[in-house]
Amino acid sequence: MIWIENISKRFKRLQALDRINVEFQKGQVVSLIGPNGSGKTTLIKCILGLVKADSGKIAVNNEYINNDPRYKNDIGYMPQIGRYPDNMKVGQLFEMLQNIRNHSADHLDKELIHQFDLQAIFEKPMRTLSGGTRQKVSAAVAFLFNPGILILDEPTAGLDPLSSEILKEKILQEKKKGKLILITSHIMSDLEELTTHIMYMQDGKMEFIKDLQTLREETSELRLSKAIAKIMRGERTDNAWIEKILNPHK
Amino acid sequence: MLKLSRYILYDILRNKIIIAYTLFLLVISVSMFRMEENSAKAILSLLNIVLIVLPLISLVFTTIHYYNSYEFIELMLSQPMSRTRIILSEYSGVCISLLTSFFIGIGIPVLLYSPDAVGISLLFAGTALTLVFTSLAFLASVIARDKAKGIGITLLLWFYFTLIYDGLVMLVLFAFSDYPMEKFTLVLSALNPVDLGRIFIMLKMDISALMGYTGALYKDFFGGVWGLLFTTGIMFLWVVIPLWLSVKYFKKKDL
Repeated sequence: MIWIENISKRFKRLQALDRINVEFQKGQVVSLIGPNGSGKTTLIKCILGLVKADSGKIAVNNEYINNDPRYKNDIGYMPQIGRYPDNMKVGQLFEMLQNIRNHSADHLDKELIHQFDLQAIFEKPMRTLSGGTRQKVSAAVAFLFNPGILILDEPTAGLDPLSSEILKEKILQEKKKGKLILITSHIMSDLEELTTHIMYMQDGKMEFIKDLQTLREETSELRLSKAIAKIMRGERTDNAWIEKILNPHK
Repeated sequence: MLKLSRYILYDILRNKIIIAYTLFLLVISVSMFRMEENSAKAILSLLNIVLIVLPLISLVFTTIHYYNSYEFIELMLSQPMSRTRIILSEYSGVCISLLTSFFIGIGIPVLLYSPDAVGISLLFAGTALTLVFTSLAFLASVIARDKAKGIGITLLLWFYFTLIYDGLVMLVLFAFSDYPMEKFTLVLSALNPVDLGRIFIMLKMDISALMGYTGALYKDFFGGVWGLLFTTGIMFLWVVIPLWLSVKYFKKKDL
């Protein structure tokens, strides 16, 4: 469903993406893992057309993306930090998005709006919302149009345990429907329950993409976090970040 | 496109600055007409407002609005919406609100107190200048990533067009005062929308008789249909070229 061909992007001094080649299929839940600044968000923004790649091509649903934005009809995006117009009310945001997407009302997926109880804050302006509530709004927006591809940038960061559980349930449910889901996260335990494939990035390069089974077999570790740590240790030395996730109390 | 502009307009109305601006213009124009016996004098005072305050407000308001709607633009870009459509909706949203203020604040009083050729040309110049400086501000804010830099550029543009440019023209005219410069000054006026607006209005007034030979030439040129076409055409270019450049730049921009 998403085909990425030799994508490179350079921000002044930083090589954010370095010749990335990868293909994501229907039914996969791909976890993008890597240290901060390894290019995960840039890759996502390239797929969404927010960042224009220097070279390479991206195809979504078998069509190369260019200036025609229609391919985004099939993508639901939840940004890392949801930023919305200050004066807009929550209810208006949903109304506006429905209005500009021209989506028929009976195909909307309002489950998250109900489960997060967002109707209660429909009259509140966006600027008064806390970070976590914004995340809930972002999540509800991403799932609203029932898209075939979901791109979730750190979905559970900032959510309380209950909401985080609701969101994970929702992701699992969509996975069963055979959607393609891309997730970036630093919380390995969250990913473990959801993911089918792991894509590891470092310094703008893709180190590997493997399905969970292969990863477990290669490392003979059942837990995702340990499996990844093992691979990292074998391949490179500068992986202190993963050590920290594994043993936060050491 | 209008669908999006509707939300942008709503957002602009919510922050009340535009309402204050409308009232400000209304109070000034009504009091000018009330104080001056002669409505031509009032128009002359309003001329300065139109030529100096209007560009400044258009520039600053547009720039601040653009940087404040950065989140909105980002949100729209992750939706199936083309970049051209987003930026043009923003532009039309700002233009509609600024023009509405102008028409309520200056348009209605002028039409009530002085509905003649001078009044109409004042409204024409005001509309054109609002559109031109909104375009220029869009170009500056699309190019500059940083808010302070964007506002700095727009203020420089304002200084340039309202103050510095006239000084430069004077300098050129003094340096070449031995040569016939009438045609050349026509070209110079086209390079500054504020000057163009000023000449266009002044020549509709009686004071143009005081401007000597150049004034006569100008009167000859700007007074007729060609003058109107020329002014409209040049103003149109001043609107379209910066807008086109900003759309072009915005399409390539990383957000």
